[in-house]
Amino acid sequence: MIALEKRPQPSQAWSLLTPLVAVVITMIAGGLLFSALGKNPIEAIRTIFYDPLFGEFAFYYRPQLLVKGGPLILIAIGLSLGFRAGIWNIGAEGQYIVGAICGAGVGLAFYPTESAFIFPLMVMAGALGGWAWSMIPALLKVKFGTNEILVSLMLVYVAEQLLASMSLGLLKNPQGFGFPGSRNLQDYASAHNAEIIAGTGMHWGIVAAFIAVIMAYVLLNKHILGFNIRLTGEAPRAARFGGVNPTRLVVFCMGVSGALAGLAGLFEVSGPSGQISIDFNVGYGFTAIIVAFLGRLHPVGILLAGLLMALTYIGGEIAQGTLSLPAAAIQVFQGMLLFFLLVLDLLTNYRIRFGKKGIA
Amino acid sequence: MKFTKLMATAAVVAMGLATNALAEKTKVGFVYVGPVGDGGWTYEHDQGRKAVVEAFGDDVETVYVENVPEGPDAERVMTQMALEGADLIFTTSFGYMDQTINVAKKFPKVKFEHATGYKTAENVSVYSARFYEGRAVQGHIAGNMTESNIIGYIASFPIPEVIRGINSAYIHAKKVNPDVEFKIIWAYTWFDPAKEADAAKALIEQGADVILQHTDSTAPQAAAQAAGNVVTFGQASDMGEYAPFPRVSSIIDDWAPYYIARTKAVMDGSWSTVNTWDGIGAGMVGIGEISDRVPADVKAEALAMVEKLASGEYHAFTGPINKQDGTPWLAEGETASDGDLAGMSFYVEGLVGDVPN
Amino acid sequence: MDLSAINPVLLIASLMVAATPLLLAAIGELVVEKAGVLNLGVEGMMIIGAICGFAIAVESSSPLLGLIAAMIGGAVLSLLFAFLTQVALANQVASGLALTLFGLGLSALMGQSYVGVKPPAMAKLDLPILSDLPIIGPILFSHDPVLYFGIGLTAAIWALLKFSRIGLILRAVGENAEAAHALGYHVVRVRIMAILFGGACAGLGGAYISLIRVPQWTEGMTAGIGWIALALVVFASWKPWRVLLGAYLFGGINVLQLNLQAAGIAIPVEYLAMSPYLITILVLVIMSADKSRAPASLGKIFHASQ
Repeated sequence: MIALEKRPQPSQAWSLLTPLVAVVITMIAGGLLFSALGKNPIEAIRTIFYDPLFGEFAFYYRPQLLVKGGPLILIAIGLSLGFRAGIWNIGAEGQYIVGAICGAGVGLAFYPTESAFIFPLMVMAGALGGWAWSMIPALLKVKFGTNEILVSLMLVYVAEQLLASMSLGLLKNPQGFGFPGSRNLQDYASAHNAEIIAGTGMHWGIVAAFIAVIMAYVLLNKHILGFNIRLTGEAPRAARFGGVNPTRLVVFCMGVSGALAGLAGLFEVSGPSGQISIDFNVGYGFTAIIVAFLGRLHPVGILLAGLLMALTYIGGEIAQGTLSLPAAAIQVFQGMLLFFLLVLDLLTNYRIRFGKKGIA
Repeated sequence: MKFTKLMATAAVVAMGLATNALAEKTKVGFVYVGPVGDGGWTYEHDQGRKAVVEAFGDDVETVYVENVPEGPDAERVMTQMALEGADLIFTTSFGYMDQTINVAKKFPKVKFEHATGYKTAENVSVYSARFYEGRAVQGHIAGNMTESNIIGYIASFPIPEVIRGINSAYIHAKKVNPDVEFKIIWAYTWFDPAKEADAAKALIEQGADVILQHTDSTAPQAAAQAAGNVVTFGQASDMGEYAPFPRVSSIIDDWAPYYIARTKAVMDGSWSTVNTWDGIGAGMVGIGEISDRVPADVKAEALAMVEKLASGEYHAFTGPINKQDGTPWLAEGETASDGDLAGMSFYVEGLVGDVPN
Repeated sequence: MDLSAINPVLLIASLMVAATPLLLAAIGELVVEKAGVLNLGVEGMMIIGAICGFAIAVESSSPLLGLIAAMIGGAVLSLLFAFLTQVALANQVASGLALTLFGLGLSALMGQSYVGVKPPAMAKLDLPILSDLPIIGPILFSHDPVLYFGIGLTAAIWALLKFSRIGLILRAVGENAEAAHALGYHVVRVRIMAILFGGACAGLGGAYISLIRVPQWTEGMTAGIGWIALALVVFASWKPWRVLLGAYLFGGINVLQLNLQAAGIAIPVEYLAMSPYLITILVLVIMSADKSRAPASLGKIFHASQ
């Protein structure tokens, strides 16, 4: 008989080890999948995990890891605060869209004036937009007890429609021959979130992501608010007796995650993407949820998880191009990675006992 | 690094995939916006890629990446292809326009071909198809075949390409049937089978007995089949599984001739920047077989129109045509300029309702 | 501008069809949530059902076998979720998202050779006299069997939850897992059964799209219906008949907006397309005024040693 026994304390060793073990097992299972598809598994795994980092063209892919990972990390950091406290904002995708619309809208309103104040204003507008969008589920939860998971999710679809409307209407490029999509902000110096050092992929969004990681770490470890967040997640009743104000916590966690998602959207639209278009959003908001869990809701973990996720995207594209591995296989591979991590997570919190049945 | 490369080559050879790694192959990359299994837009581009492989055999190597979102991901995929030694890259979605230009700047030796866009460069050509020619043929058949005089049109997004199609179909339906009326539904999607099915049903229930679609799934075909007496046309691919009825003809995106020609141009060094907008004549727009459910005389007229469109004798937008508000657009005998067509954002006279936004 | 072009009878008949996949998936998820489990992987299970059903129907030329295969496919995928959340005690939100990601990818791989294939058609109910009745005929007596199955299932689940011992156990497990455990119920076993049921229903809903409503196979063809089903359960405040009503309302808004467009009424499409989601939010707010309809243990991990 195999039984589980809850550990009095989550195991530190397993907490660090499981992500690594999960990656290794995913490689093995993924290898089996790839060989079932008639590809050389070793080559496929090498293409996904090794080539972007150390392959012939790593000089290009390494910066791209930042470009792809930056938004994921920025959003996931915000989400992780709420997740720790049991506040489930799964609508970051919507907040990302609204942040981008607001930020780009401010930038485009100034076109073609050039001024150093424009970009900071856009940043503020982006953060505010994301924040405001997340305040809808937050306030509804606080006022009426409405489930924030569903409201935030519903608002993603609303935001997508808003995005379509903006690309076809208000923000449409007047010189775009009637095609949908805004002007390209990359061609508008004051609004362009350009690389800080050319060729490094390092734009302000990445800087913001790193700052967010540090701030979150400090908040969770040194600040009473961080303590309250952790307490609420781990022992909600104790938190209530301890005088934690749940209303304020919901508003704070939702607000921060919304603002960070909005920022991610703004940095993306003014930088790598360049324009508001119907398909501007590519699922960062949802993938960030996975990243948050992969990183065990820990700031440093999220940093690494975001980069790992970016690696599977970039490596996956290379594998498509060079080995003609179907895109769907990469998706399955990413799904497996999360499965194995979640399964192995068990070992962090529980001990497996063989033999006699655990005490109930 | 050399070692791993050797390993890779060894592995490939061992698998029997590579025939001759040393031969000078022309490498052609394709960036797809959807999955190759979408049965529509991307599927047809991939058919074009396969035609290139077939045409040149071992002299060519093609690579593709599917489901590439428009934006930085597309830029990365293009760069990756260029780095890996692609000589020619086809980027097959309008939304790849600025990315194509960006990457082309970084790789002046690599040739780029961007579908449906308008920005060209030293090493960037653009190509698109005059689908509206096919719409003219559809309009002609539809106008003749409708008995309720109501033609349903499932449109995707209000962009010039789609508006052009509506206008072209309407003008030619009206020509043969002055009482014809168009009911237009904007689905705001290129691809959502369930929604397309609902849209088709809504049109049929409101009396439409011909359905034209500018979305890519066969859902409207199935809805028409269930209704029994409704005519449809295949879109993007032939949708021959619904022939001979309800699908009586189709517009097929046929990229193969263009892809082969451009690959050849790269091979023999004759590639230069072009702005291609081909129609039926060049074979970029294919008219699927007109089934026998179309009355013989109508079929003959339609085929004659295809002939004339192909030869250039007839232009699908030939005056007199007024805009919806009654202001004249084209005078008697005048044909629309490509510039007017490229940015078309208005309905022609007779169409009811407004273009959204 | 001709509202008279909209035939209300046909409108109702077609919104019933549009609502059926939603209804099936949502009824399944309702049972899962009643047992205290939140499975966000509905979309993944639906699309797996869509391809399993499609493939088997094509291979066997039997739509019925296809539908059964879809249920099995959905259930098998949900087993993965059950293992993650009930045995490995993983977080349900993350597990559900992983399930959707995995399901979308896997279905695309499975479906590669089924693009552009036409499935065998499912016969519609055709009762002499009844189907030809004016008004009632098209609305009540001329649909495909699965649609009736969906309504029957709703009734069955309602009765089961309200009157049967199984329903009692299910609710006990969902409301207070610890107490149910103390009373000697197998919490984990009950939950796994519920998850499997939910998977089968979602699979059937997916196959309804690929075999009956559309019918064709293309990657990602469920296009977000699984997510709406999730919303629907909450919208219905975990009551089967309200799920039915909600499904008709959701399906209805979409069908109605298309009909309004076809009738030439200028409506801002994007804003109307938002409306189902906004209405859901509104309903959520109203529902949450009468407190805690949600199963109390929803989304919480249960382990007997706690």
